Amino acid sequence: MTPSAGDGPAAQHASMSTDASDLSMATSEPTSFWADVWRRFKRNRLAMVGLGLIVLIVLLAVFAEVITKYNPGTIDPIHKRESPSLKHWFGTDQLGRDMFSRVIFGARVSLRVGIFATAIATVIGVVLGSLAGYYGGWIDGLIMRITDIFLAFPYILAALAIIAVIGTGERTVILVLGLLGWLAIARVLRSTILQIKETEYIDAARALGCSDFRIITRHILPNAIQPVIVYATLFTGSAVLSEAALSFLGVGIQDPTPAWGLMVARGKNFLSVSPHLLFFPGAAIFLMVMAFVFVGDGLRDALDPRLK
Amino acid sequence: MEPILTVRDLRMGFDTEDGFVQAVDGVSFDVYPGEVFSIVGESGSGKSVTALTLLGLHETPPARIQGGEVLWKGRDLLAMSESDLRKVRGREIAMIFQDPMTSLNPVHTIGRQIGEMARIHEGLNKKEARTRAVEMLDLVGIPNAAQRVDSYPHEFSGGMRQRAMIAMAMSCRPGLLIADEPTTALDVTVQAQVLEVLLDLKDQVDSSIMLITHDLGVVAGLADRVMVMYAGRQAELGTVDEIFYRTRHPYSLGLMASLPRLDDVHRTPLLPIEGQPPSLIRKPSGCAFHPRCRFARLPEPCATDEPSLRLVDGDAHQAACHFAEELESSTLAHPREGRG
Amino acid sequence: MTSYAIRRILLIIPVVWGALTLLFVLFFVVPGDPVELIAGAGGSRAVAPAVRANIEAKYGLDKPILEQYVTYIANTAQGDLGNSYATSRTVNDILRDTLKASARLAIWGIIIEVVVGIAAGLISAVRQYSLIDKLTTVGTAVPVFVLGYLFQNQFGIFPNQHGWPQWARLPVQGIGPDSWAFFFIPTGAQWRYLVLPAVVLASVSTALVARMTRATMLEVNRADYMRTARAKGLRESEVVLRHGLRNAMIPVVTLIGLDLASLIGSAILTETVFNWPGMGSTIATAIGRRDAPVVLGLTLVLVVLYVVINLLVDLSYAFFDPRVRYGKEAAR
Repeated sequence: MTPSAGDGPAAQHASMSTDASDLSMATSEPTSFWADVWRRFKRNRLAMVGLGLIVLIVLLAVFAEVITKYNPGTIDPIHKRESPSLKHWFGTDQLGRDMFSRVIFGARVSLRVGIFATAIATVIGVVLGSLAGYYGGWIDGLIMRITDIFLAFPYILAALAIIAVIGTGERTVILVLGLLGWLAIARVLRSTILQIKETEYIDAARALGCSDFRIITRHILPNAIQPVIVYATLFTGSAVLSEAALSFLGVGIQDPTPAWGLMVARGKNFLSVSPHLLFFPGAAIFLMVMAFVFVGDGLRDALDPRLK
Repeated sequence: MEPILTVRDLRMGFDTEDGFVQAVDGVSFDVYPGEVFSIVGESGSGKSVTALTLLGLHETPPARIQGGEVLWKGRDLLAMSESDLRKVRGREIAMIFQDPMTSLNPVHTIGRQIGEMARIHEGLNKKEARTRAVEMLDLVGIPNAAQRVDSYPHEFSGGMRQRAMIAMAMSCRPGLLIADEPTTALDVTVQAQVLEVLLDLKDQVDSSIMLITHDLGVVAGLADRVMVMYAGRQAELGTVDEIFYRTRHPYSLGLMASLPRLDDVHRTPLLPIEGQPPSLIRKPSGCAFHPRCRFARLPEPCATDEPSLRLVDGDAHQAACHFAEELESSTLAHPREGRG
Repeated sequence: MTSYAIRRILLIIPVVWGALTLLFVLFFVVPGDPVELIAGAGGSRAVAPAVRANIEAKYGLDKPILEQYVTYIANTAQGDLGNSYATSRTVNDILRDTLKASARLAIWGIIIEVVVGIAAGLISAVRQYSLIDKLTTVGTAVPVFVLGYLFQNQFGIFPNQHGWPQWARLPVQGIGPDSWAFFFIPTGAQWRYLVLPAVVLASVSTALVARMTRATMLEVNRADYMRTARAKGLRESEVVLRHGLRNAMIPVVTLIGLDLASLIGSAILTETVFNWPGMGSTIATAIGRRDAPVVLGLTLVLVVLYVVINLLVDLSYAFFDPRVRYGKEAAR
């Protein structure tokens, strides 16, 4: 039931001009899809740098107690606001606490928020998105209306309002970011599924008698999941950023837990005299987010090289 | 008669991370005024790449032209500056492509895209260009041309879009129209109409057509002379009768033999060509077709000496096979009843 | 096309109402005592019962929740957003002032975002200039508030401390003389106060727009109709601008529309960092003070603005993409 043959996906593939990648396809040895993706990812220098950064940050966070001898909570008013030195690599903050250890322990908070918020958002988003995309009809309509209403709120504003009311702290931040994040993931997945649904291999699977569940999990999701993976990676970076912003505004992580956003908020008061109080945590936020952005982009390019 | 287009020993390829893809490997041919010259081959044979090279439409890098000349009315297109080449494109040599839906800009009207040709090559103003566009749409058989001229590509059907492309290409009366798989993306019934339009316009505008296709049926119906390509090299070159009735290359023979035929009373089984198309980065030694050839004498000469294109029959029929003459008596040659 | 537009416009009403209800629920049904806030008490000092009764009567806090809700909706529909708990001003007054300040900053932020973003994207697409590309990738990761302080330090504090000449210094706090021509053109020394906040506000969005423009231009460049245009004999500049740009702008406009949400978020942070008296910083402080009417009123206005602008962006597709105009609604 294809309309004029010029429109369908088959014709679209046929219209790709004969270029180098088509001609050289006869040469590469057959490998699995994910092995190919990893191979392309490895070639991307920025992406590998990002990956290395993430690994480094995770290692620092996990082995924090071993790496630094200072306790991030130890107050030492005599040595407050000292500049970076051999004794205190990142200097000390306004209460005399060692900055380096605070930054490293802060990595734990950021990683936890980033990963868990993304996990929540991804799980909810994938489930609802696939239901909406595959079944359509009233399920789709309902889910889309809900996302419309939620999306009417600017992201940060919604987070601010909810947290300011429910209460601050790491858990609420994770929950709120996750609950606001599933919307975009569901949308992306839904539109990808809509495209895939129309392709012929799904018709073939149905003609073979596959159950809906099997079709969704074995045929549609493995393909539709790709943009979701990219988005989830980028979302992790954005979650870290959001947590930092919320802590900065005072509605996120609270004292005395070391959190980068919070450290920036406290540090800004001393910007003119001890800028290192602000810039080390600031740089940490920047590096972590940047790492996720590089990896996310690298994934996007590796999954679909033609878009390069 | 003098040819309007002469291609001598054209050699080019692409630099890829896996190696250099030798896409066009020493191709030579002529195109004469008023004829339909067809380049035939499977995907990856280099036929489309050759056509794009003539007009310099490849991105260099990764494409790299290694040598040869392309003489259009005496001037070498490969040696021309970009600004001179631009004057040839569209005005003297026009090109249409396989998928008219993606080959037309979706945000401009058909009329504007057709008129653009006249505006840049003949300096017509907007009104005059629009009139020309309506004329051309009429010529290709689009009903209600005066209204349809303001439609967008997505409002046309596939066949009409391809006709609009033809209208656009012919609007400045080029001497040569290169048609790259013009009917591949269309339904069979529509194919016939579009081909008719092509032939019709060729006579009206007095131009030649270089038809690139993998569809032998289209070739049989339209072409005057045919060149068969394989792995970037020429396999056979001759008139359409010579290629179809007096095939002199094992590859062309294989193509003919794998076609189902309505007049085949004996119900002989289809004979596919064994094997896979070769890699263009590491071509087989000697004759590129030898791994798949029924008649190959191994190892010499088929795996060691690359056969060159030579005269094998009549005064213009050439083939690149060491044993072309022996094919005359091959039992695989089917007699045909007549052209359709 | 028009039925689509009408449907979208009508959808605004339930969305706004839903937003309002949600906010109301958050602020009034959740524990916390606004009376204490208004009276300026808290902690150990309890509010005297007479004072409490007074305040409750004045703000209608003694009525049942449902009645408060209805009153609030009714008032809002008539344009009365109530009074601030923390100060004695009406929310409408606060809104008037802060909206002007935010609008001016936002306009310049968007101008920078669109102009610099699209230009940078075009350049890096056409010239394959990888430096801009790397810059923009990095640019999307920059935390806005950190950048703000970085700039403050570089252009304000540092020059001050090291005695740079007056012309090389930029002020780092506040809105300055608040002098404008044609509403948004800064006059006199105003631009000095505007530069840093506007650039910081636009920073992340500019990077996003540049990357999107580059990506779509590259994708468009490989499209078949670009090859057709070249085969027709057009100059490369004509090919890119006349055929490529129109198509590439479609997803870029989408992005700018979607990015509004993050712009609002960035505005809250930027205004706080630079002490720019706009809606963002005011909401932030009001939340800290639990000044519900201010938060509700300003947030509501922001939500409505956001919805309306999104609608306009959606409708503008028709201008760019004739496929939408003539009935084929693109699959979302």
